[in-house]
Amino acid sequence: MTTAPAASPPGFGEPDAEDLHQADLPPVMPIAIVTLALVVTGGILVAAQYGRAAHLTVPTVLLAVSAVLLLANAVLIARISAFAWPVFFRVLGWALLAYCVIAGILEYVFVYDHTPARLLALFSGMLVLFAVDVPLMLAYSVARWQPVDAT
Amino acid sequence: MTDTAVETAARSEGPAAAEPASTPPPGAGGHGPPPVPSFSIVPVRALPVVAAVLVGLIVAIGSNNLWALTFFHVAGGGLWTSLDLFLGLVLGPIMGSLSIPARVEFTTRFMPKMLLIMPTLVAMTLGAGFQLARHVGNLDASYPHHGWLVASFVVVGIMAVIALGLLEPANLAVLFELKKPQPNGERIGRLMKVFIYTAGITGVLQIATILIMTFLASR
Repeated sequence: MTTAPAASPPGFGEPDAEDLHQADLPPVMPIAIVTLALVVTGGILVAAQYGRAAHLTVPTVLLAVSAVLLLANAVLIARISAFAWPVFFRVLGWALLAYCVIAGILEYVFVYDHTPARLLALFSGMLVLFAVDVPLMLAYSVARWQPVDAT
Repeated sequence: MTDTAVETAARSEGPAAAEPASTPPPGAGGHGPPPVPSFSIVPVRALPVVAAVLVGLIVAIGSNNLWALTFFHVAGGGLWTSLDLFLGLVLGPIMGSLSIPARVEFTTRFMPKMLLIMPTLVAMTLGAGFQLARHVGNLDASYPHHGWLVASFVVVGIMAVIALGLLEPANLAVLFELKKPQPNGERIGRLMKVFIYTAGITGVLQIATILIMTFLASR
């Protein structure tokens, strides 16, 4: 998308308080995206072995690493002092609901297909991380641009 | 997002509510942020449609009905692909040439709908697709073209990370920015760029998916 300089009013685009606040925020989004990428990679590795004796070591390691990253991200977010917390929790709550429905549908498919126990446990763990990581990204990406006192 | 779904008519009724105190209202010869029409972040009236689609998807998976699974997978995938391509290659350049007030007005009408449409289409396509592949045996590692199927997993995985990690957060952030008494137009422009570019990238990746899927369907 190109910008239309002639249509931009003067003073439109000067950094505001939220822009200046960005430098104080931890790298939540890159960590969350890496977490999601690891979960998706693990899911692909498991799904690619469907129907034969699956090697679960690498997907299990990916799951563990992504769980650690998610926890680290939660700690980083919790340590932010000046943040639009009401907005963050409002978006987080509704996004959690939406992504739990999506993860629930996928879990239903795996259970319905009588997925073997070890695979099911791995898939379930990945779905839990997916259903928490994405809402965390959505809530953070909204709250970071809101005034600290926003409700 | 109950309260955000409530119309904020008050913001569009009075210039004082929509404009910074230091700038005159639009049309008065001054320069301030463009007026933002009232809008709902989540189009509540469309939620029953989404619920109906998801129930239909669950019934299709539960019944293992070949037609229903194919319908949800092909219809969802076709719409998802078309929307991504249309957004990235057609609508994106058009939006770039619009004036800022026109962009804001378009965004307030368009983005809330995308917030419901895209996740629904993704759930339809992937949920039905996985079950369809398992049902007809394509998912099995012994399937002769299994490598192609795994390649489609990889492409979809990349698309999912881009869509969930960049596109959706940008979409939501734009909507919340527009709900502010004084939206930052420059920020909206930046976030919209992320949205349009990532939609374009996923659109191009969708072409790879179409190539793989049509190849597999013709075997």
